[in-house]
Amino acid sequence: MELSGGQIVVQCLKEEGVEFLFGYPGGAVLHLYDAIFHQDDVKHILVRHEQAATHAADAYARATGKPGVVLVTSGPGATNAVTGIATAYMDSIPMVVISGQVPTAVIGSDAFQEVDMVGITRPCVKHNFLVKDVKDIAETMKKAFYVATTGRPGPVVVDIPKDITDPNIKVPYKYPKKVKIRSYSPATKGHPGQIKKAVDLLLNAHRPMIYSGGGVVLGEASAELIEMTRLLNFPITNTLMGLGAYPATDKQFVGMLGMHGTYEANLAMHESDIILAIGVRFDDRVTGKLAEFCPHAKIIHIDIDPASISKTVKVDIPIVGEVKLVLNQMLEAIKEHKKKPSKKLLAAWWDQINQWREAHCLEFDRTSSEIKPQAVVEELYKITKGEAYITSDVGQHQMFAAQFYHFDKPRRWINSGGLGTMGFGLPAAIGVKLAHPEAEVACITGEASIQMCIQELATALQYKTPVKIINLNNRYMGMVRQWQEFNYESRYSQSYMDTIPDFVALAEAYGHVGIRVEKPEDVRPALEKAFALKDRTVFIDFITDRTENVYPMIEAGKGHQEMTLRLAPGTPVDRELA
Amino acid sequence: MRHIISILIENEAGALSRVAGLFSARGYNIESLTVAPTEDPTLSRMTLVTRGNEEVIEQITKQLNKLIDIVKLIDLAETSHVERELMLVKVKTSSETRDEIKRLSDIFRGKIIDVTNNSYVIEMTGASDKLDAFVNALDESSIIETVRSGPTSMSRGENGLHL
Ligand SMILES: Cc1ncc(C[n+]2csc(CCOP(=O)(O)OP(=O)(O)O)c2C)c(N)n1
Ligand SMILES: [Mg+2]
Repeated sequence: MELSGGQIVVQCLKEEGVEFLFGYPGGAVLHLYDAIFHQDDVKHILVRHEQAATHAADAYARATGKPGVVLVTSGPGATNAVTGIATAYMDSIPMVVISGQVPTAVIGSDAFQEVDMVGITRPCVKHNFLVKDVKDIAETMKKAFYVATTGRPGPVVVDIPKDITDPNIKVPYKYPKKVKIRSYSPATKGHPGQIKKAVDLLLNAHRPMIYSGGGVVLGEASAELIEMTRLLNFPITNTLMGLGAYPATDKQFVGMLGMHGTYEANLAMHESDIILAIGVRFDDRVTGKLAEFCPHAKIIHIDIDPASISKTVKVDIPIVGEVKLVLNQMLEAIKEHKKKPSKKLLAAWWDQINQWREAHCLEFDRTSSEIKPQAVVEELYKITKGEAYITSDVGQHQMFAAQFYHFDKPRRWINSGGLGTMGFGLPAAIGVKLAHPEAEVACITGEASIQMCIQELATALQYKTPVKIINLNNRYMGMVRQWQEFNYESRYSQSYMDTIPDFVALAEAYGHVGIRVEKPEDVRPALEKAFALKDRTVFIDFITDRTENVYPMIEAGKGHQEMTLRLAPGTPVDRELA
Repeated sequence: MRHIISILIENEAGALSRVAGLFSARGYNIESLTVAPTEDPTLSRMTLVTRGNEEVIEQITKQLNKLIDIVKLIDLAETSHVERELMLVKVKTSSETRDEIKRLSDIFRGKIIDVTNNSYVIEMTGASDKLDAFVNALDESSIIETVRSGPTSMSRGENGLHL
């Protein structure tokens, strides 16, 4: 079969089973767009800004486990995609981004809309390619999907100069069935000796903790994690990225850990003697002050990426391998082991943890005459029966979502954890809704974040992706304001906007339904109304208490044992508002 | 501590910048870097000299291994190895200093590979500290320019870094 470069790219996408291609056209990719025009297998989703294409594709990947695919033009199209590529990179999301490039003959001449995409993205991709020959496209595409989806996943950029997709140049096409890269062989099983050591240690623990993260979600190892945690009767905490991998409503779950994690999770980490860390990377938002991190614990760390091990925290027993395989190996070893965890020691440990739970660290003022953001998330959780896919932006609302929406299943909580990218939430919701048209999808956002990709309301209308936008409108960049309150004597420098659009009118202008909610008693009816409108995107603008802070909190530079808890309800707030 | 990391890397455009970019992005230092294709033209061999404590070097080797283009690498500091660097030095000469400089070069097993009325180019190979010693032995004001390749290195014995 003889095909042009543009046709080959499209053919490769079909071979990879790509359902959706998120993109935006331009000069360097016109040949490609012409090839797209002639087929219906790969559905193109026209976004309104390339950043949104990457976020939507990324969220599609997070919600399904399949790679997200993006197509952008050269120059500004490519640079607009960089934020989304970096977002996917930080959270290890499989993604293939095809970018157009100026014709090979003019590369390096500062041609119109030329940027060195391979150079710009090098630090934020798992790998990237510049295709220099039409005959190389098929193999490069195969490699791109292989690298993006295996090992520790990540985004891969394929930069294709315009002449390579020329419709007049046709070459024989065959998609390789398999591809081998001699310099790339991701880890699989864990080392049996290390597994044995780890299991011996675990079964002798006095105050054990399981600390699991995004790697369990990415590695589809939720079932194994649950089995192991239940078998051992150990307490478990999840990172922000790991929420849902272990059911949040289970009694062994002590909540999220880290900066805005629960009191019980952080104290249990601090007091623990054996920590089993699974698919985590000891991020600074999790560990707090490194010198004071888990001072009494021996640490076992399972990860697919050797470079994640002992990067910031030195661990005692590293196990490199696919988390699912390693957990199965460990389960087998635990079941065969003569020793069982001590019931007596564990009971004492659980007593201690239950005592910490009594602090009710997430409690908030339920008698307020203003809408509390936490209450909105709680109602959302109830109305959607905990079954919705929740995307979020970045800020206080993100933390409230993580704390108050109890995820029982993996891939339901879709947020930018590593890069913390405002603007992620709305395009992400569209990507998730395309992947799961039958599911409820809600985007929990703030009035600042939502404005960073608000244009995607148009995309949501065009592709009929009815999502519910839960805008926790505190008229502040709340998270920034909170830090300014704590660390800069409430000097609210540039953390609020003097002009905020009328979101209801804005939603309507984009063809959607807008609802404004100002009173606590109207929260539930508004949510009910929104979810009853099955096939409409609804923007609900909740005017929330603008002084609310996220608690508990480990302030920057402090250890887990130094959490700041919320003052007792009713304590007067004597802060000057800007 | 000083470490010599020897790397086999795909001989592809951009591979070098992946390595250099990794070092600058993660704040590791590079003392020297040499690179050239091997007997297998699809592969290049790189010798990279860096400094750091054990944890830093461990991260460096892990991060390097993570680069898709890197086929294999070895930290030569962990094995017994030989090390050679090439240096060219151009020095001013006059009828009075010519013999003296020639004698000094001979002592260091240097070769004079270019001669004019008032200059020599001396070629010298050896361990980096030997080259340092030669430069120090020269009268500083006589040096017109020096160029050094940075060390290249391989392990002793029959084992080697190959596919
Ligand atoms: C693109 C981007 N720019 C800046 C920041 C820094 N930042 C983090 S949270 C935040 C405020 C977010 O405000 P809003 O969306 O209203 O959420 P809130 O905290 O009020 O819930 C800012 C500016 C960021 N995370 N991303
Ligand atoms: Mg806000």
